Amino acid sequence: MAIIDQVSGTTASYAPKSIEKASVERKLDLAFKWFTAAAALFIALIMAGIVANLIRFSLPAMKAFGLKFLADSTWNPVTERFGAASSIYGTLVSTALAVVIAVPLSLAIALFLVELAHPAVSRVVGGAIELLAAIPSIIFGMWGLFVFAPFVAKYIEPPLHSTLGWLPLFQGPPMGIGMITAGMILALMILPYITAITRDVLQMVPPVIKESAAGIGSTKWEVTWNVSLPYGMSGILGAIFLGLGRAVGETMAVTFVIGNDHRIAASLFAAGNTIASTLANEFAEASEDTYRSALIELGLVLFLITMVFQVVAHLWLRRVQKTSGRR
Amino acid sequence: MMEGTLPRETVLIPRAQVKEPGPPMDAHQGGRGAKLSVRGLTFFYGRNQALFDNTIDIPENRVTAIIGPSGCGKSTHIRAYNRIFELYRDQRAEGEILLDGQNVLSPETDVLDLRRRVGMIFQRPTPFPMTVFENVAYGLRLHYSMSRGEVAARVEKALRDAALWSEVEGKLDNPGNALSGGQQQRLCIARAIAIEPELLLMDEPSSAIDPVATAKIEDLIESLKRRYTIVIVTHNMQQAARVSDYTAFFYQGRIVEYGTTKQIFTNPVQKQTEDYITGRFG
Amino acid sequence: MQPRSIARRRAVNAVISAISGLAALFGIFMMGWILYEVIMRGARAINWAFFTQLPGPPVSSGGGLANAMLGTLMMTALGAAIGIPIGLFAGVYLAEFGRNGRWATAIRFVGNLLMGTPSIITGVFVYTVVVVTAGSFSGYAGAIALAIIMLPLMARTSEDILALVPNELRESALALGAPRWRATLQVIFRAARNGLLTGALLAIARVSGETAPLLFTSLNSRLWSFTLAGPTPSLTVTTYTYAMSGYATLENKAWAASLVIILAVLSLTVTARFVLQERKR
Repeated sequence: MAIIDQVSGTTASYAPKSIEKASVERKLDLAFKWFTAAAALFIALIMAGIVANLIRFSLPAMKAFGLKFLADSTWNPVTERFGAASSIYGTLVSTALAVVIAVPLSLAIALFLVELAHPAVSRVVGGAIELLAAIPSIIFGMWGLFVFAPFVAKYIEPPLHSTLGWLPLFQGPPMGIGMITAGMILALMILPYITAITRDVLQMVPPVIKESAAGIGSTKWEVTWNVSLPYGMSGILGAIFLGLGRAVGETMAVTFVIGNDHRIAASLFAAGNTIASTLANEFAEASEDTYRSALIELGLVLFLITMVFQVVAHLWLRRVQKTSGRR
Repeated sequence: MMEGTLPRETVLIPRAQVKEPGPPMDAHQGGRGAKLSVRGLTFFYGRNQALFDNTIDIPENRVTAIIGPSGCGKSTHIRAYNRIFELYRDQRAEGEILLDGQNVLSPETDVLDLRRRVGMIFQRPTPFPMTVFENVAYGLRLHYSMSRGEVAARVEKALRDAALWSEVEGKLDNPGNALSGGQQQRLCIARAIAIEPELLLMDEPSSAIDPVATAKIEDLIESLKRRYTIVIVTHNMQQAARVSDYTAFFYQGRIVEYGTTKQIFTNPVQKQTEDYITGRFG
Repeated sequence: MQPRSIARRRAVNAVISAISGLAALFGIFMMGWILYEVIMRGARAINWAFFTQLPGPPVSSGGGLANAMLGTLMMTALGAAIGIPIGLFAGVYLAEFGRNGRWATAIRFVGNLLMGTPSIITGVFVYTVVVVTAGSFSGYAGAIALAIIMLPLMARTSEDILALVPNELRESALALGAPRWRATLQVIFRAARNGLLTGALLAIARVSGETAPLLFTSLNSRLWSFTLAGPTPSLTVTTYTYAMSGYATLENKAWAASLVIILAVLSLTVTARFVLQERKR
């Protein structure tokens, strides 16, 4: 369509995009919306697939062992008798250990970052702690096996043994490899996550409230203990649950240092196994159907444990956001 | 017709739906046609009603100001004109808004073409993350296929008309957000007028920029009204008195009074209007 | 009534402050210790051959892990090519169309669950879907497992970044008459570009250090794998295997591999954070 362009006086060579193109645009818009919706739905599809396949492939083992699977600590690929008890025990104990060690440390570090440090120092230290979160699990495993475990065997287990050896927890030879090392490394791995969330929670306490407490004459610690921590308790608990969720699923670091022993031992110095470490160690070589199915059933149990922690954390944190009005 | 007008195709709507424009609101309009006629516009945010039966005629080639205290529905009202509220799921409008006799709220109206004909300037300057040139060219490239030379010519024209050309000439490849606040707002105006809309909506265009830049924009409005119909929402009464020919006073979602700016500010009929003008509230 | 001793309260405060400082120091120290050991032991074992040669027999200290590096590169690249775009557009849906609707909230929740799924379970899942069906381990399976890990990460990051783009920018584009898809791709993406890039880099950094999901999807191999069909070597799985082997020569190689891994991950992470900082300015 040739039009005389009155600006330049020449024959214009442009044409308006016709109106029927508008319906094409509308269809494109709809297609775009459905395309992105499909991408979002894909996430749900994958999650559903994971659940479905975990269940489906555990069925043979579930049929063979029933609910006894959860209580039985036998793990014998030769006789094809499998029980999840030692793995579940190991998972829970190592995680509990990790939380017991990490939480006070995280709180202390968060306190330092928020209340005590100069802002520049806080940023640098905070950055370093965050970088700890970026270190892959396998690096923790390497360091754990070759550096930390010998250190634990030499400098941590003997003193514990001599002072607290009357407790069954601290008996047995100091091998380095075992539950306590795994617990400590896990603690190190979840430390940055709990610290980061606790720091955010403490920073969200309205300054006026802290100032009121300080105005009455509280020390910095008293303000934190009496005001900030109770104020942010829900958030901190949510952070702890999140940390629990991560620790439970940690694989490589634990596999390196826990010893892969399918026994339930009372002592923390002893070797053990977690669900994740068993999967890592044995899955590739498991050739028989029952063996593989038992392993996958272990995976299902791990998945369920993780889900429980995640859901609880989600509900907690949502409550925090509601009360602080962030959403 | 103005110089070098861009060719336009109007959206074809069956004759039966074309309404006669309603009677002019006031004799003050002197028989000038209404560019836009609003009939019984109501608006909801979810279950809350924000606009109640708004009826008003916007005269062509004039500046109409909409004033009122905050929260009275001024912005909500003009945002119905270009259906920008449709971006939000729980907002809806009922009634009729007739642009040259065609109801823009009807589902048959093509909203993309509507927005080509109705331009909007926002409270905060919103330069796109592109160069100055690309900002102004964006609308042109969207709606028209033209050669690079034509695009450049039109970009220059728009920047001149927006009184920004002298400040960006030779620097068209600089990023849009490197300009000052007032310059960014004029860039947004250039961007909007590049596609030669028929109606220009300005939602508190100078509330986020300094007084010197504000004065420049007010001069701009004065020069633009010769070609465009302008509706400006402002909470600054002095600004309304300075730039507009007609003024509508909104209160709590209703149009309380509408007339020439001179009449509204010197001889308001409604007491509410007078109270607002004299600063007794708002 | 007895006044509580101010001196005692101050003392408690001082002690706790000291403990906090020590805790922070402890955190930094551990971080430093790990890095130190990896760098020292890795640097000792690394040489030019490491980057160019195939693994030799376990008893020899020669040979390298070039095949494993290539395998990791290829699987990470393929995983990213799958996971990042899908995650990006899922994020677009959540930020632009779904917003706070019922579906969007549900998908956000499921996305969180997927993010919290242990990576070894993802590996098991991909095993049951790809390896079992195809009848063999493959680099494709490994790449898919990595993609699944990146997917919810990228979706969450994209959504957060896109939600930060001010509504007025969106409205400006639409008010000019741009259709939704153009406004999103031409204007909003450009405004959010740095954040989206950061998200992608962080997702890649995360999966390049992953071992568990590759253990029974791509398995491992001592040879070159140029096609990803069949078992594919990776730096991470090789590190694991070598470390557990008992041979000192292989353990050294494992340290070298660890050094490469940690350098790659940390440089990607720091680059991503740096890109984000640039935007804030």
